[in-house]
Amino acid sequence: MAYEKFTILRSSAVPMPNENVDTDQIIPARFLKATERKGFGDNLFRDWRYNNDNTPKADFVLNMPTYSGKILVGGKNFGSGSSREHAAWAIYDYGFRCVVSSFFADIFQNNSINVGILPVQVSPEFLEKIFAAIEANPKTELEVNLPTQTITLLATGESESFAINEYKKHNLTNGYDDIDYLLSMEEEIAVFAETRPF
Amino acid sequence: MSTPQTLFDKVWDAHVVRHVKDGPDVLFIDRHFIHEVTSPVAFLGLEGRGAPVMFSGRTFATADHNTPTLNQHLPVADLLSANQLAALERNAAKHNISHWGLGHIKNGIVHVVGPENGITLPGMTIVCGDSHTSTHGAFGAIAFGIGTSEVEMVLATQCIMQPKPKKMRITVNGKAGKGVLSKDVILYIISQTSASGATGYFVEYAGEVFENMSMEGRMTVCNMTIEMGARGGMIAPDQTTLDYLKGRELSPKGEQWDKLVPYWQTLKTDEGATFDLDLTFDAADIEPQITYGTNPGLGTGVTHQIPMADTVKDGSASYKKSLQYMGFAENETMLGKPVDFVFLGSCTNGRIEDFRAFASIVKGRQKADNITAWLVPGSHVVEKQIKDEGILDILTQAGFELRQPGCSACLAMNEDKIPAGKYAVSTSNRNFEGRQGPGARTLLASPLVAAAAAVTGVVTDPRGLMDNV
Ligand code: SF4
Repeated sequence: MAYEKFTILRSSAVPMPNENVDTDQIIPARFLKATERKGFGDNLFRDWRYNNDNTPKADFVLNMPTYSGKILVGGKNFGSGSSREHAAWAIYDYGFRCVVSSFFADIFQNNSINVGILPVQVSPEFLEKIFAAIEANPKTELEVNLPTQTITLLATGESESFAINEYKKHNLTNGYDDIDYLLSMEEEIAVFAETRPF
Repeated sequence: MSTPQTLFDKVWDAHVVRHVKDGPDVLFIDRHFIHEVTSPVAFLGLEGRGAPVMFSGRTFATADHNTPTLNQHLPVADLLSANQLAALERNAAKHNISHWGLGHIKNGIVHVVGPENGITLPGMTIVCGDSHTSTHGAFGAIAFGIGTSEVEMVLATQCIMQPKPKKMRITVNGKAGKGVLSKDVILYIISQTSASGATGYFVEYAGEVFENMSMEGRMTVCNMTIEMGARGGMIAPDQTTLDYLKGRELSPKGEQWDKLVPYWQTLKTDEGATFDLDLTFDAADIEPQITYGTNPGLGTGVTHQIPMADTVKDGSASYKKSLQYMGFAENETMLGKPVDFVFLGSCTNGRIEDFRAFASIVKGRQKADNITAWLVPGSHVVEKQIKDEGILDILTQAGFELRQPGCSACLAMNEDKIPAGKYAVSTSNRNFEGRQGPGARTLLASPLVAAAAAVTGVVTDPRGLMDNV
């Protein structure tokens, strides 16, 4: 499924310092019943975001008018748990294009890139700086630069570089996905399949 | 002499179609399982591209996540669930994929029916849009969960693109003590490594404890490997593995079997091969386990107290939030805590051995009045075994009912939801906030600990109830 190309993103950010935010929180299982990929943003963080009577919880960060932006900044071990790609869809559909954390769960990281979200892993110290900067000024802007692989706090110019492999970077910058790549090597795969013993 | 290799290296390297420069490996996938929840959007994507399924014979479909566990002969009442089930059936038929839907004699939880029918074999790569695909690693396969984009990828090209993970070996020496099941071994390991301690790794299990384990027990261990953040876990195939596989419906037969056995015997870590991380534990340190927090790493021996916040690795703010959700406090004793629900089932503990263990405790006793128990076999095959072995009679006499196979309260997508604020001792794999229903509080444990809670109504050390068996 096509997604927006990612190059340079400048935006304010939404802070969510909780550690171990798991995909059951990002999108609870009962919202996985769709057969199409749409509308998941409405249920992003459903049980943290809404009361049982569907009224918004005023103290949850997505319901606070102070915070907005295309960058979600999460605590350590973000996206652990279930492999549901719906978690990444919900984040994308809500309008986030980048998630920053000091540590990501493997499958979440994979899924994010596959749907066009850039996961940026920073040092625990830099993560603290980002949280502090947002606390001081909720409108403070971050710049996430994929070509140079850097993330910068624009107010102070403090910056850190992040890792991403060249292949994934190429895909994200061009809006390609793995399937486009694999379909181009169909014959090679067919020949390989012949060699499998089962 | 060639360099010594690990089991993981041997299986991985045999599946690399191409190394992408500065990128992931293109990995050929031998078996692909699909279910109703994570496949519909993949099929839509496939249609959007106009791509066919490349090898329909390598994909197997079963309905499990969303299915009711009562009255399966009636139409599924929940419309959205019914839609997903219908989509799976339609997509499977259209693309010529074998489909064991609701009501089919072979239907059940994907990670139970795969091994049980001989679809899972040593040396394979196996993926499914479900993180507990790691279960199949018990057979010496590389098996892991994937996202929906990757499901589409496998349907279209039978490959996925993955960077090769780091390697970890976890050795547990010695013999498991009384009342200590495979579930306790893995819960103990996760409590020692934390819920993120193995992120980026693929784990191989070694040592006497795993060598002595049945295939069911090994599946429980590999199943929960994902709960420490690992991509998956595997155990080298041995005679136990071959005995389990021989004669299963889709296992290789005759000449093909004879040819594969010598190959399978090479699937073990060579002497001198190295791991990025090597951990060793002693079975003597493991007692029946129970979790008290909201991730599977927050567990301890059932006779222990809840640790103080300043002693846990995971950061004390989230730890305290976790205890608050559970309604627990630091230093409280787990024994005697009231329980409302007991869930026996899931791809972690929904196999025949788990029902045998549960029955060994409830035999001759009665279900406690305050307990609602959901006993859900992992498949129809397990259900039949329960009946044939007389376990159903034991359960019924003790006041329990058996439900029909499916994922059920493991992820509470169907109507089997634990109500808000209630405590469930559950043999499944995740105790996250709301995993078993909004506001539900989950204590993960083995089938023995679950049975002990079911007959006493509180958290109980099963060892005290084992003398009569
Ligand atoms: S039983 Fe639970 S973990 Fe296993 S496949 Fe079903 S939902 Fe996933």
